[in-house]
Amino acid sequence: MPDTPNYSWPPMDKRRVMGKPTKRVDGAMKSSGRAKYSSDFTQKDLLFGALLTSPYAHARVTSIDTSEAEKLPGVTAVRVIASAGTELQWAGQEMASVAAETEEIAYEATRKIKVQYEVLPHLVREDDLAKAGARAKPAGETVKGDPDKAFQEADAVVEGHYGIPVITHCCLEPHGNVMEWKGDKINLYPSTQNVSGIGGDLANAVKVPPANIKVNMQYIGGGFGSKFTSDLWGIEAARLSKASGGRPVKLFLDRATELQIAGNRPSGFANVKIAGKKDGTITAWQSESWSTGGIGGGGSPPIPYVFDFPNQRKNHTAVSTNCGGVRAWRAPNHQQACYLTDTAIEDFAAKINMDPLEVFEKNLGVTARADVYRAQLQKGAELIDWQKLWHPRGQGGSGTLKRGLGLAISTWGGGGHNSQCRTKINPDGTVEVELCSQDLGTGTRTVITMVAAETLGLPLGAVTLKIGDSSLPPSGASGGSTTVGGVSSSTRKAAVNALAKLFDAVAPALGTAADQLEAVDGRIQVKGDPSKSLTWKAACQKLGVNPISEMGENNQRNPGGLNSSGVGGVQMADVSVDIETGIVKINKAVAVQDIGLVINPTTAQSQIHGGCIMGICAALFEERIMDQQTGRMLNPDMEFNKIAGIGDIGEIVVHLDITPEHDKRGPVGLGEPAAIAVITAIANATANAIGVRVPEIPLTPNRVLAALERRNA
Amino acid sequence: MSSKKDPDAPKKPTNGFSRRGFIRGVGIGTGALGSGLLVETAAEAAPPGAVAGPAAVPVTLKINGKPYNLNLEPRVTLIDALRNYLDYTGAKKVCDRATCGACTVIMDGKVVYSCTVLAIDAQGKDIQTIEGISQNGKLHPVSAAFVNHDAQQCGYCTPGFVMAVKGYLDKHPNPTYEDVEKGLGGNLCRCGTYMGIRPAVLEAAKELKGGRNA
Repeated sequence: MPDTPNYSWPPMDKRRVMGKPTKRVDGAMKSSGRAKYSSDFTQKDLLFGALLTSPYAHARVTSIDTSEAEKLPGVTAVRVIASAGTELQWAGQEMASVAAETEEIAYEATRKIKVQYEVLPHLVREDDLAKAGARAKPAGETVKGDPDKAFQEADAVVEGHYGIPVITHCCLEPHGNVMEWKGDKINLYPSTQNVSGIGGDLANAVKVPPANIKVNMQYIGGGFGSKFTSDLWGIEAARLSKASGGRPVKLFLDRATELQIAGNRPSGFANVKIAGKKDGTITAWQSESWSTGGIGGGGSPPIPYVFDFPNQRKNHTAVSTNCGGVRAWRAPNHQQACYLTDTAIEDFAAKINMDPLEVFEKNLGVTARADVYRAQLQKGAELIDWQKLWHPRGQGGSGTLKRGLGLAISTWGGGGHNSQCRTKINPDGTVEVELCSQDLGTGTRTVITMVAAETLGLPLGAVTLKIGDSSLPPSGASGGSTTVGGVSSSTRKAAVNALAKLFDAVAPALGTAADQLEAVDGRIQVKGDPSKSLTWKAACQKLGVNPISEMGENNQRNPGGLNSSGVGGVQMADVSVDIETGIVKINKAVAVQDIGLVINPTTAQSQIHGGCIMGICAALFEERIMDQQTGRMLNPDMEFNKIAGIGDIGEIVVHLDITPEHDKRGPVGLGEPAAIAVITAIANATANAIGVRVPEIPLTPNRVLAALERRNA
Repeated sequence: MSSKKDPDAPKKPTNGFSRRGFIRGVGIGTGALGSGLLVETAAEAAPPGAVAGPAAVPVTLKINGKPYNLNLEPRVTLIDALRNYLDYTGAKKVCDRATCGACTVIMDGKVVYSCTVLAIDAQGKDIQTIEGISQNGKLHPVSAAFVNHDAQQCGYCTPGFVMAVKGYLDKHPNPTYEDVEKGLGGNLCRCGTYMGIRPAVLEAAKELKGGRNA
């Protein structure tokens, strides 16, 4: 055997499992309703938790009296979070928690808590920067090149205002946990993107040794970047359990609270000026941008996005608002950056009467992966029939239904997080793969099983996978599109290591050296000579009574060529806009995505579909609407805080950029890159259709009609 | 990690009367609203003059053909009765106000949002949940079609969607693609699985007509 085993991925043409469209292994559990999410936890002595939250965006608690709540029969514990003197900074902020025998009693008890407040002034809207006053914190100017000269020498200069609002994650399974704190031990059933890490996070908060916290989560109903920590409501649930004699407490947020405090995507607003030549070359960028993500201000989107124009002047301002706090949102800062940049480029193209496809192509020299984007732009144009359907801005037909095309491009990192995997081969031939990862619905279970099956030469069904349990080898949090890279690499290594041990045990029986063996189609055979072979089961019997148990590890900093990071993507949209009603309908969206090695094209395509549909939601419907008068969110629900329905999405065409060149980079991850550009593509298609920019999204009928009215005025 | 609750276990009394509003408002979602179910259900509410509660009262629910005797406060909704007082957790509580359809069950042949039906009003009805549609360990054709077309990601909307599709196909056995888009506007998915759901519905329609699940 060589000293360092060869872990590299099998050649594309030799793969029997990987790369083949494969149904998700937990599909039947989910579609039959048998999958148990943590919010489905039932147990005879289960208690229910509920929170009292602040009705004011900014107030000081002057008194809080829980005596009536404590007297309510069925209540087992009441805890004050915001004692007298506490300054509340947003509506929805946690003030007290209750545990009770039933959910009904728990909520009733929260209503019996009497609170007196000193109401303080608040700011909950940031769209008009002039009204932010001292709440606006400018970051200072950054300059590159000589923007003044570039603007003076330009053939054309275009100025525009653009805005993308705060939206909420709206995970269908709300944030929450079941906590059982008995003695010095805690059993935690969370809804988390980080099963390996959440126990340590809770341990710090409640001062229990991490080893005493057991975590189990088999399914999660959505996270999208908002579910990484144990959160105040999780810590409260643990303390309520302890205060209730160790009985388990289930505390999941109600929908309104979920939408107010369980995370959001920060907004992005900007006044942008760009300059360029008649041939489409953009020479200068100037932006004054601002955003909010709650009391701590907002993220600073990396603008100009993808294109690093030679001359730039930028000013960004973070606005502190009395709103629930920001959390990572599927490609943090990229959706905003893409919107603020690619809208301005489309407007520049319209100003110089050029096809935006040509303008994007013209400027690829200042991107990090010009060749990738060039090929993707061509592929996207072919799939959406750009040459035939694109028309100059505003020439979308003579009727009241105007059709238009738009495009945008994106980038993302990805890579592979730290991950450890254990692969066991038992003497009876069964195989167990164990790692404490989680499947967010991205298909992680299926991908891990496929990698193990491929490596061991077995069918998918021969591999038993265990995830979601903190007693298993740790694996990273599912964030930043790093899961598939991490878990596939650690699984590959563990399976290769285990197989090497099996070869050692089998080699004498086959009269050869271990390094002359291979695992193919359920057999262990001499390389290239199927006549000298043992069935998998017969081979495993050579182990006697002792199983093989081998580890594999992916090191994020040194993935050994098994995974990599950095991708490009192009998305295009074809829309129809009714200029009488202002309604924008999606005809078609096209996504062309480079994602490295594709393990399961089925779930990869589903992820891109999902990213595009989330983008359609954000482009057309979604917005957290804050009321400056009352300081509250006006739409903390799902009827006025809208997401797309099955009739809203049109056709979505996905092109996975599967080439030997991309494949050799290993898996990269695609949850995030797929969810970026389509928002802007839809906005650009709308401008192309109706002949005028609708500056702020979502593209609601009133915004579309207002933009048309301004044009006609 | 779960065990059935004793359906006859007495519930702690309560002295508060905070009966939850029955109809909690109907908003216009992005698609068509289910099928006007709230109106139908409201018309069938308890007869006038019958006052129950606020303390727990005996309630009998017939779920997937099996009767369950419970003691429930009249304010308990059907979704909470299924999830919190029994172990029928396939239906999910998501919006809790009849917008998203994650809690969909079929009651006397009608598709209903169980978050907006009171348990006491569900007495005497045939309640069918996702747990009741797969027979003898064989996936129901709708559930199977969702697997075949990868019509699910996180899966939290899926049981409700499957029940809505089943209820829809029971009444519309020959839908077109366009019919599916209109008829299933009452269920929302956050991961974005509609691309798989549309062909899954058509495949399930075909399978069901073939009588293979008879």
